[in-house]
Amino acid sequence: MKTKLFSYSQLDTFVHRLSGLTKLVCFILMTTAVMLTYDIRMILLIMVISYALMYVSKIKFSQIRLMLVYVLIFLVTNFFLTYAFAPMYGVEIYGTQHDLFTIAGRYVVTQEQMFYQITKFSKYLSVIPLGMIFIFTTNPSEFASSLNGVGVNYKVCTSLSLTLRYFPDVTSDYQTISLAQQARGLEMTSKAKLSQRVKSIASILVPLIFTTMDRIELISNAMDLRGFGKHKKRTWYTRKPLTKADYLSVLFCALVLALTLYVRFFVNHSFYYNPFI
Amino acid sequence: MPKNECYNIECYQKGVMIIMNKSSTRTIVATGLGAALFMVLFMFVKVPSPVPETNLQIAYGVSAFFAALFGPVCGFLVAFIGHALNDFIAYGSPWWSWIVASGVSALVTGLASSKIAPSIEEGVFEKPQITTFVIYTLIGQAVAWIICAPVLDIVLYSEPVNLVFTQGAVAFVLDFICAGIIGGLLLKAYASGRTGKGSLSKNG
Repeated sequence: MKTKLFSYSQLDTFVHRLSGLTKLVCFILMTTAVMLTYDIRMILLIMVISYALMYVSKIKFSQIRLMLVYVLIFLVTNFFLTYAFAPMYGVEIYGTQHDLFTIAGRYVVTQEQMFYQITKFSKYLSVIPLGMIFIFTTNPSEFASSLNGVGVNYKVCTSLSLTLRYFPDVTSDYQTISLAQQARGLEMTSKAKLSQRVKSIASILVPLIFTTMDRIELISNAMDLRGFGKHKKRTWYTRKPLTKADYLSVLFCALVLALTLYVRFFVNHSFYYNPFI
Repeated sequence: MPKNECYNIECYQKGVMIIMNKSSTRTIVATGLGAALFMVLFMFVKVPSPVPETNLQIAYGVSAFFAALFGPVCGFLVAFIGHALNDFIAYGSPWWSWIVASGVSALVTGLASSKIAPSIEEGVFEKPQITTFVIYTLIGQAVAWIICAPVLDIVLYSEPVNLVFTQGAVAFVLDFICAGIIGGLLLKAYASGRTGKGSLSKNG
Protein backbone atom coordinates (compact mmCIF):
# COMPACT_ATOMS: atom_id res chain seq x y z
CA MET A 1 0.00 0.00 0.00
CA LYS A 2 1.34 3.37 -0.95
CA THR A 3 0.97 5.75 1.94
CA LYS A 4 3.11 8.60 0.76
CA LEU A 5 0.97 11.69 0.73
CA PHE A 6 1.61 14.68 -1.50
CA SER A 7 4.77 13.35 -3.12
CA TYR A 8 6.29 16.78 -2.63
CA SER A 9 9.89 17.05 -3.66
CA GLN A 10 12.00 20.05 -2.82
CA LEU A 11 13.46 21.42 -6.02
CA ASP A 12 14.50 24.88 -7.00
CA THR A 13 12.35 25.79 -9.99
CA PHE A 14 10.26 28.82 -10.81
CA VAL A 15 7.08 27.06 -9.71
CA HIS A 16 8.59 25.78 -6.45
CA ARG A 17 9.77 29.25 -5.51
CA LEU A 18 6.27 30.72 -5.73
CA SER A 19 4.39 30.96 -2.46
CA GLY A 20 1.71 28.35 -1.73
CA LEU A 21 -0.87 31.10 -1.65
CA THR A 22 -0.02 32.15 -5.21
CA LYS A 23 -0.19 28.58 -6.45
CA LEU A 24 -3.58 28.06 -4.83
CA VAL A 25 -5.00 31.29 -6.26
CA CYS A 26 -3.60 30.48 -9.72
CA PHE A 27 -4.96 26.95 -9.53
CA ILE A 28 -8.42 28.27 -8.67
CA LEU A 29 -8.31 30.94 -11.42
CA MET A 30 -7.18 28.52 -14.13
CA THR A 31 -9.61 25.74 -13.21
CA THR A 32 -12.43 28.28 -13.06
CA ALA A 33 -11.45 29.45 -16.53
CA VAL A 34 -11.66 25.90 -17.87
CA MET A 35 -14.89 25.27 -16.01
CA LEU A 36 -16.54 28.36 -17.55
CA THR A 37 -15.82 27.56 -21.15
CA TYR A 38 -16.65 24.93 -23.75
CA ASP A 39 -14.52 26.56 -26.41
CA ILE A 40 -11.88 24.14 -27.62
CA ARG A 41 -9.52 26.96 -28.64
CA MET A 42 -9.37 28.36 -25.11
CA ILE A 43 -9.10 24.86 -23.66
CA LEU A 44 -6.17 24.03 -25.93
CA LEU A 45 -4.46 27.29 -24.95
CA ILE A 46 -4.79 26.46 -21.26
CA MET A 47 -3.65 22.92 -21.95
CA VAL A 48 -0.47 24.18 -23.59
CA ILE A 49 0.16 26.51 -20.62
CA SER A 50 -0.39 23.78 -18.07
CA TYR A 51 1.83 21.22 -19.81
CA ALA A 52 4.53 23.86 -20.22
CA LEU A 53 4.31 24.59 -16.48
CA MET A 54 4.61 20.90 -15.79
CA TYR A 55 7.83 20.83 -17.81
CA VAL A 56 9.13 23.91 -15.98
CA SER A 57 8.43 22.41 -12.56
CA LYS A 58 10.44 19.28 -13.48
CA ILE A 59 7.76 16.75 -12.60
CA LYS A 60 8.99 13.33 -13.66
CA PHE A 61 6.80 10.97 -15.64
CA SER A 62 7.39 8.17 -13.10
CA GLN A 63 5.79 10.36 -10.41
CA ILE A 64 2.54 10.78 -12.28
CA ARG A 65 2.30 7.48 -14.18
CA LEU A 66 -0.15 5.86 -11.75
CA MET A 67 -2.35 8.96 -11.63
CA LEU A 68 -2.41 9.14 -15.41
CA VAL A 69 -3.56 5.53 -15.65
CA TYR A 70 -6.45 6.21 -13.26
CA VAL A 71 -7.38 9.42 -15.03
CA LEU A 72 -7.33 7.81 -18.46
CA ILE A 73 -9.50 4.90 -17.26
CA PHE A 74 -11.92 7.44 -15.81
CA LEU A 75 -11.96 9.63 -18.92
CA VAL A 76 -12.36 6.74 -21.36
CA THR A 77 -15.21 5.26 -19.28
CA ASN A 78 -16.82 8.69 -19.14
CA PHE A 79 -16.37 9.07 -22.92
CA PHE A 80 -18.23 5.84 -23.68
CA LEU A 81 -20.86 6.32 -20.97
CA THR A 82 -21.65 9.79 -22.30
CA TYR A 83 -22.13 8.37 -25.76
CA ALA A 84 -24.24 5.47 -24.51
CA PHE A 85 -26.54 7.71 -22.49
CA ALA A 86 -26.76 10.73 -24.79
CA PRO A 87 -25.71 10.00 -28.38
CA MET A 88 -27.53 13.10 -29.68
CA TYR A 89 -26.37 15.59 -27.05
CA GLY A 90 -23.96 17.26 -29.47
CA VAL A 91 -26.73 17.73 -32.05
CA GLU A 92 -28.91 19.25 -29.35
CA ILE A 93 -26.16 21.71 -28.36
CA TYR A 94 -24.94 22.83 -31.78
CA GLY A 95 -28.29 22.69 -33.58
CA THR A 96 -27.05 20.97 -36.74
CA GLN A 97 -26.54 17.34 -37.68
CA HIS A 98 -23.70 15.99 -39.84
CA ASP A 99 -23.81 12.18 -39.76
CA LEU A 100 -20.59 10.24 -40.01
CA PHE A 101 -21.88 6.65 -39.78
CA THR A 102 -24.56 4.62 -38.00
CA ILE A 103 -23.86 1.97 -35.38
CA ALA A 104 -27.39 0.77 -34.65
CA GLY A 105 -30.80 2.34 -34.14
CA ARG A 106 -30.49 5.75 -32.50
CA TYR A 107 -26.72 5.40 -32.13
CA VAL A 108 -25.65 7.55 -35.03
CA VAL A 109 -22.16 8.99 -34.84
CA THR A 110 -22.35 12.66 -35.72
CA GLN A 111 -19.64 15.29 -36.12
CA GLU A 112 -21.37 17.40 -33.45
CA GLN A 113 -21.32 14.60 -30.89
CA MET A 114 -17.64 13.84 -31.58
CA PHE A 115 -16.78 17.52 -31.32
CA TYR A 116 -18.65 17.85 -28.02
CA GLN A 117 -16.98 14.76 -26.57
CA ILE A 118 -13.50 15.66 -27.74
CA THR A 119 -13.93 19.14 -26.24
CA LYS A 120 -15.03 17.58 -22.99
CA PHE A 121 -12.13 15.12 -23.04
CA SER A 122 -9.57 17.88 -23.55
CA LYS A 123 -11.30 20.00 -20.93
CA TYR A 124 -10.56 17.42 -18.27
CA LEU A 125 -7.12 16.70 -19.69
CA SER A 126 -6.16 20.37 -19.47
CA VAL A 127 -6.91 20.82 -15.74
CA ILE A 128 -5.30 17.61 -14.52
CA PRO A 129 -1.71 18.87 -14.88
CA LEU A 130 -2.67 21.97 -12.87
CA GLY A 131 -3.70 19.88 -9.88
CA MET A 132 -0.59 17.75 -10.21
CA ILE A 133 1.67 20.80 -10.34
CA PHE A 134 -0.03 22.16 -7.25
CA ILE A 135 0.39 19.04 -5.14
CA PHE A 136 3.91 18.17 -6.33
CA THR A 137 5.36 21.63 -5.78
CA THR A 138 3.57 22.78 -2.62
CA ASN A 139 4.89 21.92 0.79
CA PRO A 140 2.03 20.21 2.69
CA SER A 141 2.60 22.41 5.74
CA GLU A 142 2.31 25.47 3.54
CA PHE A 143 -0.98 24.28 2.09
CA ALA A 144 -3.03 25.11 5.19
CA SER A 145 -1.43 28.53 5.54
CA SER A 146 -2.18 29.33 1.91
CA LEU A 147 -5.84 28.40 2.39
CA ASN A 148 -5.93 30.77 5.34
CA GLY A 149 -4.42 33.36 3.01
CA VAL A 150 -7.42 33.18 0.66
CA GLY A 151 -9.76 33.85 3.55
CA VAL A 152 -10.68 30.42 4.91
CA ASN A 153 -11.18 30.42 8.69
CA TYR A 154 -8.01 29.31 10.46
CA LYS A 155 -9.85 26.66 12.44
CA VAL A 156 -10.80 24.94 9.21
CA CYS A 157 -7.19 25.26 8.04
CA THR A 158 -6.00 23.67 11.28
CA SER A 159 -8.37 20.76 10.66
CA LEU A 160 -6.88 20.40 7.21
CA SER A 161 -3.29 20.42 8.43
CA LEU A 162 -4.24 17.85 11.09
CA THR A 163 -5.65 15.69 8.31
CA LEU A 164 -2.41 15.94 6.36
CA ARG A 165 -0.34 15.29 9.47
CA TYR A 166 -2.32 12.28 10.70
CA PHE A 167 -3.13 10.60 7.41
CA PRO A 168 0.01 8.40 7.52
CA ASP A 169 -0.65 7.52 11.19
CA VAL A 170 -4.24 6.51 10.56
CA THR A 171 -3.12 4.48 7.55
CA SER A 172 -0.60 2.57 9.62
CA ASP A 173 -3.21 2.02 12.36
CA TYR A 174 -5.54 0.64 9.73
CA GLN A 175 -2.87 -1.71 8.39
CA THR A 176 -1.90 -2.95 11.85
CA ILE A 177 -5.49 -3.65 12.85
CA SER A 178 -6.27 -5.27 9.52
CA LEU A 179 -3.23 -7.58 9.76
CA ALA A 180 -4.02 -8.45 13.37
CA GLN A 181 -7.60 -9.38 12.48
CA GLN A 182 -6.44 -11.40 9.50
CA ALA A 183 -4.02 -13.28 11.76
CA ARG A 184 -7.07 -14.20 13.84
CA GLY A 185 -8.67 -15.72 10.75
CA LEU A 186 -10.67 -12.90 9.23
CA GLU A 187 -11.28 -13.40 5.51
CA MET A 188 -10.63 -10.18 3.62
CA THR A 189 -10.08 -11.41 0.06
CA SER A 190 -12.65 -11.65 -2.69
CA LYS A 191 -13.23 -15.31 -1.79
CA ALA A 192 -15.55 -14.29 1.06
CA LYS A 193 -19.19 -13.45 0.45
CA LEU A 194 -20.31 -9.82 0.34
CA SER A 195 -22.09 -9.92 3.71
CA GLN A 196 -19.03 -11.62 5.22
CA ARG A 197 -16.75 -8.90 3.90
CA VAL A 198 -18.92 -6.11 5.25
CA LYS A 199 -18.84 -7.80 8.64
CA SER A 200 -15.06 -8.19 8.58
CA ILE A 201 -14.65 -4.54 7.65
CA ALA A 202 -16.82 -3.62 10.63
CA SER A 203 -14.52 -5.59 12.90
CA ILE A 204 -11.58 -3.55 11.64
CA LEU A 205 -13.45 -0.29 11.72
CA VAL A 206 -14.59 -0.46 15.35
CA PRO A 207 -11.07 -0.67 16.89
CA LEU A 208 -9.90 1.93 14.37
CA ILE A 209 -12.62 4.37 15.47
CA PHE A 210 -11.79 3.82 19.14
CA THR A 211 -8.07 4.45 18.53
CA THR A 212 -8.97 7.60 16.63
CA MET A 213 -11.31 8.84 19.37
CA ASP A 214 -8.54 8.36 21.95
CA ARG A 215 -6.18 10.26 19.74
CA ILE A 216 -8.71 13.08 19.34
CA GLU A 217 -8.90 13.48 23.14
CA LEU A 218 -5.12 13.52 23.41
CA ILE A 219 -4.54 16.07 20.67
CA SER A 220 -7.37 18.37 21.68
CA ASN A 221 -6.14 18.39 25.28
CA ALA A 222 -2.64 19.23 24.09
CA MET A 223 -3.96 22.05 21.93
CA ASP A 224 -6.14 23.41 24.74
CA LEU A 225 -3.16 23.44 27.09
CA ARG A 226 -1.28 25.56 24.57
CA GLY A 227 -4.23 27.96 24.37
CA PHE A 228 -5.38 27.12 20.87
CA GLY A 229 -8.34 29.10 19.59
CA LYS A 230 -7.95 31.97 22.02
CA HIS A 231 -7.54 34.67 19.39
CA LYS A 232 -9.47 35.43 16.25
CA LYS A 233 -6.39 35.31 14.06
CA ARG A 234 -3.13 33.43 14.00
CA THR A 235 0.12 33.51 12.10
CA TRP A 236 1.69 30.67 10.15
CA TYR A 237 5.21 29.43 10.54
CA THR A 238 5.44 28.28 6.93
CA ARG A 239 4.00 31.27 5.11
CA LYS A 240 6.37 32.75 2.54
CA PRO A 241 6.39 36.49 1.85
CA LEU A 242 5.05 37.39 -1.59
CA THR A 243 7.51 38.48 -4.28
CA LYS A 244 7.22 40.15 -7.67
CA ALA A 245 6.97 36.74 -9.38
CA ASP A 246 3.96 35.90 -7.23
CA TYR A 247 2.06 39.02 -8.24
CA LEU A 248 2.95 38.52 -11.90
CA SER A 249 1.75 34.89 -11.85
CA VAL A 250 -1.58 35.83 -10.31
CA LEU A 251 -1.94 38.64 -12.84
CA PHE A 252 -1.20 36.25 -15.71
CA CYS A 253 -3.81 33.70 -14.52
CA ALA A 254 -6.37 36.45 -13.97
CA LEU A 255 -5.76 37.58 -17.58
CA VAL A 256 -6.33 34.04 -18.86
CA LEU A 257 -9.62 33.94 -16.94
CA ALA A 258 -10.59 37.38 -18.28
CA LEU A 259 -9.78 36.29 -21.85
CA THR A 260 -11.94 33.18 -21.40
CA LEU A 261 -14.85 35.30 -20.19
CA TYR A 262 -14.32 37.80 -23.02
CA VAL A 263 -14.41 35.01 -25.63
CA ARG A 264 -17.49 33.52 -24.02
CA PHE A 265 -19.54 36.69 -23.82
CA PHE A 266 -18.33 38.81 -26.73
CA VAL A 267 -17.03 36.37 -29.37
CA ASN A 268 -19.12 33.19 -29.04
CA HIS A 269 -22.09 34.77 -27.26
CA SER A 270 -22.64 31.37 -25.62
CA PHE A 271 -21.07 28.71 -23.43
CA TYR A 272 -20.19 26.64 -26.52
CA TYR A 273 -17.97 27.46 -29.51
CA ASN A 274 -19.94 26.50 -32.61
CA PRO A 275 -17.92 25.78 -35.76
CA PHE A 276 -20.92 24.21 -37.52
CA ILE A 277 -22.79 27.41 -38.43
CA MET B 1 -0.02 34.94 50.63
CA PRO B 2 2.30 33.45 47.97
CA LYS B 3 2.50 35.49 44.82
CA ASN B 4 1.06 32.76 42.67
CA GLU B 5 -0.59 33.90 39.48
CA CYS B 6 -3.52 31.60 39.95
CA TYR B 7 -4.88 33.58 42.86
CA ASN B 8 -5.42 36.26 40.30
CA ILE B 9 -9.04 36.56 39.15
CA GLU B 10 -8.02 37.20 35.56
CA CYS B 11 -6.05 33.97 35.46
CA TYR B 12 -9.01 32.11 36.89
CA GLN B 13 -11.21 33.50 34.14
CA LYS B 14 -8.67 32.40 31.55
CA GLY B 15 -8.82 28.90 32.96
CA VAL B 16 -12.60 28.87 32.75
CA MET B 17 -12.43 30.15 29.20
CA ILE B 18 -10.09 27.34 28.23
CA ILE B 19 -12.45 24.77 29.71
CA MET B 20 -15.44 26.33 27.97
CA ASN B 21 -13.53 26.31 24.72
CA LYS B 22 -12.72 22.62 25.02
CA SER B 23 -15.59 21.34 22.95
CA SER B 24 -14.68 23.67 20.09
CA THR B 25 -11.07 22.43 19.98
CA ARG B 26 -12.29 18.86 20.21
CA THR B 27 -14.55 19.41 17.21
CA ILE B 28 -11.68 20.88 15.18
CA VAL B 29 -9.42 17.95 15.99
CA ALA B 30 -12.23 15.47 15.35
CA THR B 31 -12.74 17.10 11.96
CA GLY B 32 -9.07 16.74 11.08
CA LEU B 33 -8.71 13.13 12.16
CA GLY B 34 -12.15 12.22 10.84
CA ALA B 35 -11.13 13.50 7.43
CA ALA B 36 -7.92 11.47 7.61
CA LEU B 37 -9.92 8.36 8.49
CA PHE B 38 -12.40 9.09 5.70
CA MET B 39 -9.52 9.39 3.25
CA VAL B 40 -7.87 6.13 4.34
CA LEU B 41 -11.12 4.22 3.95
CA PHE B 42 -11.96 5.98 0.68
CA MET B 43 -8.60 4.97 -0.77
CA PHE B 44 -8.02 1.49 0.56
CA VAL B 45 -11.35 -0.08 1.48
CA LYS B 46 -13.59 -0.69 -1.47
CA VAL B 47 -16.12 -3.48 -1.44
CA PRO B 48 -17.27 -4.22 -4.96
CA SER B 49 -21.06 -4.12 -5.08
CA PRO B 50 -23.38 -6.32 -7.17
CA VAL B 51 -23.81 -3.39 -9.61
CA PRO B 52 -20.81 -3.35 -11.97
CA GLU B 53 -18.31 -0.44 -11.91
CA THR B 54 -19.48 0.80 -8.51
CA ASN B 55 -18.12 0.27 -5.04
CA LEU B 56 -19.65 0.33 -1.60
CA GLN B 57 -17.81 3.25 -0.05
CA ILE B 58 -17.41 2.38 3.62
CA ALA B 59 -16.06 5.89 4.17
CA TYR B 60 -19.59 7.35 4.16
CA GLY B 61 -20.25 5.40 7.35
CA VAL B 62 -17.38 7.30 8.97
CA SER B 63 -18.59 10.71 7.82
CA ALA B 64 -22.08 9.89 9.13
CA PHE B 65 -20.56 8.83 12.46
CA PHE B 66 -18.59 12.06 12.89
CA ALA B 67 -21.52 14.16 11.70
CA ALA B 68 -23.86 12.55 14.23
CA LEU B 69 -21.41 13.10 17.09
CA PHE B 70 -19.87 16.48 16.27
CA GLY B 71 -22.46 18.30 14.21
CA PRO B 72 -23.09 19.45 10.65
CA VAL B 73 -19.98 21.61 10.12
CA CYS B 74 -17.67 18.83 11.27
CA GLY B 75 -19.52 16.29 9.14
CA PHE B 76 -19.38 18.49 6.05
CA LEU B 77 -15.66 19.12 6.43
CA VAL B 78 -14.82 15.47 7.16
CA ALA B 79 -16.40 14.37 3.90
CA PHE B 80 -15.35 17.44 1.91
CA ILE B 81 -11.67 17.49 2.94
CA GLY B 82 -11.39 13.71 2.85
CA HIS B 83 -12.92 13.39 -0.59
CA ALA B 84 -11.09 16.40 -2.07
CA LEU B 85 -7.65 15.27 -0.87
CA ASN B 86 -8.36 11.75 -2.08
CA ASP B 87 -9.16 13.09 -5.54
CA PHE B 88 -6.06 15.27 -5.53
CA ILE B 89 -3.87 12.30 -4.72
CA ALA B 90 -5.53 9.71 -6.90
CA TYR B 91 -6.44 11.77 -9.99
CA GLY B 92 -4.41 14.95 -9.63
CA SER B 93 -7.50 17.09 -9.94
CA PRO B 94 -10.67 17.15 -7.88
CA TRP B 95 -14.17 16.46 -9.23
CA TRP B 96 -15.90 19.27 -7.34
CA SER B 97 -19.55 18.39 -7.86
CA TRP B 98 -19.22 14.99 -6.18
CA ILE B 99 -17.01 16.38 -3.44
CA VAL B 100 -19.59 19.00 -2.55
CA ALA B 101 -22.28 16.29 -2.66
CA SER B 102 -20.27 14.14 -0.23
CA GLY B 103 -20.03 17.10 2.10
CA VAL B 104 -23.75 17.88 1.84
CA SER B 105 -24.71 14.29 2.66
CA ALA B 106 -22.78 14.47 5.94
CA LEU B 107 -23.97 18.03 6.60
CA VAL B 108 -27.61 16.97 6.62
CA THR B 109 -26.84 13.91 8.75
CA GLY B 110 -25.13 16.29 11.15
CA LEU B 111 -28.37 18.17 11.72
CA ALA B 112 -29.48 15.15 13.76
CA SER B 113 -26.51 15.71 16.05
CA SER B 114 -28.18 18.18 18.44
CA LYS B 115 -30.94 15.62 19.03
CA ILE B 116 -28.90 12.43 19.41
CA ALA B 117 -25.31 13.34 20.36
CA PRO B 118 -26.03 14.15 24.06
CA SER B 119 -27.70 10.79 24.65
CA ILE B 120 -24.98 8.92 22.76
CA GLU B 121 -22.35 10.55 24.97
CA GLU B 122 -24.30 9.09 27.91
CA GLY B 123 -24.33 5.65 26.37
CA VAL B 124 -27.86 5.63 24.99
CA PHE B 125 -28.32 4.73 21.33
CA GLU B 126 -31.67 2.99 21.26
CA LYS B 127 -34.64 2.90 18.90
CA PRO B 128 -35.61 6.63 18.95
CA GLN B 129 -32.01 7.73 18.36
CA ILE B 130 -31.47 5.07 15.69
CA THR B 131 -34.65 6.14 13.89
CA THR B 132 -33.61 9.81 13.97
CA PHE B 133 -30.14 8.93 12.70
CA VAL B 134 -31.46 6.77 9.84
CA ILE B 135 -34.06 9.35 8.77
CA TYR B 136 -31.49 12.17 8.64
CA THR B 137 -29.03 9.92 6.81
CA LEU B 138 -31.69 9.05 4.25
CA ILE B 139 -32.58 12.71 3.67
CA GLY B 140 -28.90 13.67 3.51
CA GLN B 141 -27.94 11.04 0.97
CA ALA B 142 -31.03 11.78 -1.11
CA VAL B 143 -30.35 15.53 -1.21
CA ALA B 144 -26.69 14.91 -2.00
CA TRP B 145 -26.88 12.28 -4.73
CA ILE B 146 -30.27 12.86 -6.32
CA ILE B 147 -30.23 16.67 -6.30
CA CYS B 148 -26.83 18.14 -5.49
CA ALA B 149 -24.40 15.94 -7.46
CA PRO B 150 -26.36 15.71 -10.74
CA VAL B 151 -27.32 19.39 -10.78
CA LEU B 152 -23.75 20.50 -10.12
CA ASP B 153 -22.51 18.04 -12.76
CA ILE B 154 -24.80 19.68 -15.29
CA VAL B 155 -24.03 23.25 -14.21
CA LEU B 156 -20.27 22.92 -13.74
CA TYR B 157 -19.32 20.23 -16.23
CA SER B 158 -22.38 20.06 -18.59
CA GLU B 159 -22.62 16.33 -18.46
CA PRO B 160 -25.65 14.71 -20.18
CA VAL B 161 -28.74 14.85 -17.96
CA ASN B 162 -29.85 11.22 -17.90
CA LEU B 163 -26.29 9.94 -17.34
CA VAL B 164 -25.76 12.00 -14.19
CA PHE B 165 -29.16 11.18 -12.73
CA THR B 166 -28.58 7.45 -13.25
CA GLN B 167 -25.16 7.70 -11.61
CA GLY B 168 -26.70 9.73 -8.79
CA ALA B 169 -29.43 7.18 -8.14
CA VAL B 170 -26.93 4.30 -7.94
CA ALA B 171 -24.69 6.34 -5.64
CA PHE B 172 -27.68 7.21 -3.46
CA VAL B 173 -28.68 3.58 -2.86
CA LEU B 174 -25.14 2.37 -2.18
CA ASP B 175 -24.10 5.28 0.02
CA PHE B 176 -27.29 5.19 2.02
CA ILE B 177 -26.70 1.50 2.77
CA CYS B 178 -23.11 2.25 3.85
CA ALA B 179 -23.84 5.37 5.85
CA GLY B 180 -26.88 3.87 7.56
CA ILE B 181 -25.50 0.44 8.45
CA ILE B 182 -21.83 1.22 9.09
CA GLY B 183 -22.56 4.58 10.72
CA GLY B 184 -25.23 3.00 12.93
CA LEU B 185 -22.96 0.13 13.97
CA LEU B 186 -20.15 2.52 14.84
CA LEU B 187 -22.44 4.76 16.89
CA LYS B 188 -23.79 1.72 18.70
CA ALA B 189 -20.26 0.53 19.49
CA TYR B 190 -19.21 4.01 20.61
CA ALA B 191 -22.31 4.43 22.82
CA SER B 192 -21.73 1.07 24.52
CA GLY B 193 -18.29 2.29 25.56
CA ARG B 194 -19.65 5.40 27.33
CA THR B 195 -20.81 5.39 30.92
CA GLY B 196 -24.20 6.92 31.49
CA LYS B 197 -25.50 9.15 34.28
CA GLY B 198 -26.36 7.22 37.47
CA SER B 199 -24.80 4.02 36.18
CA LEU B 200 -23.34 3.25 39.62
CA SER B 201 -25.61 1.79 42.24
CA LYS B 202 -25.02 1.22 45.92
CA ASN B 203 -24.34 -2.38 46.82
CA GLY B 204 -26.27 -3.99 49.63
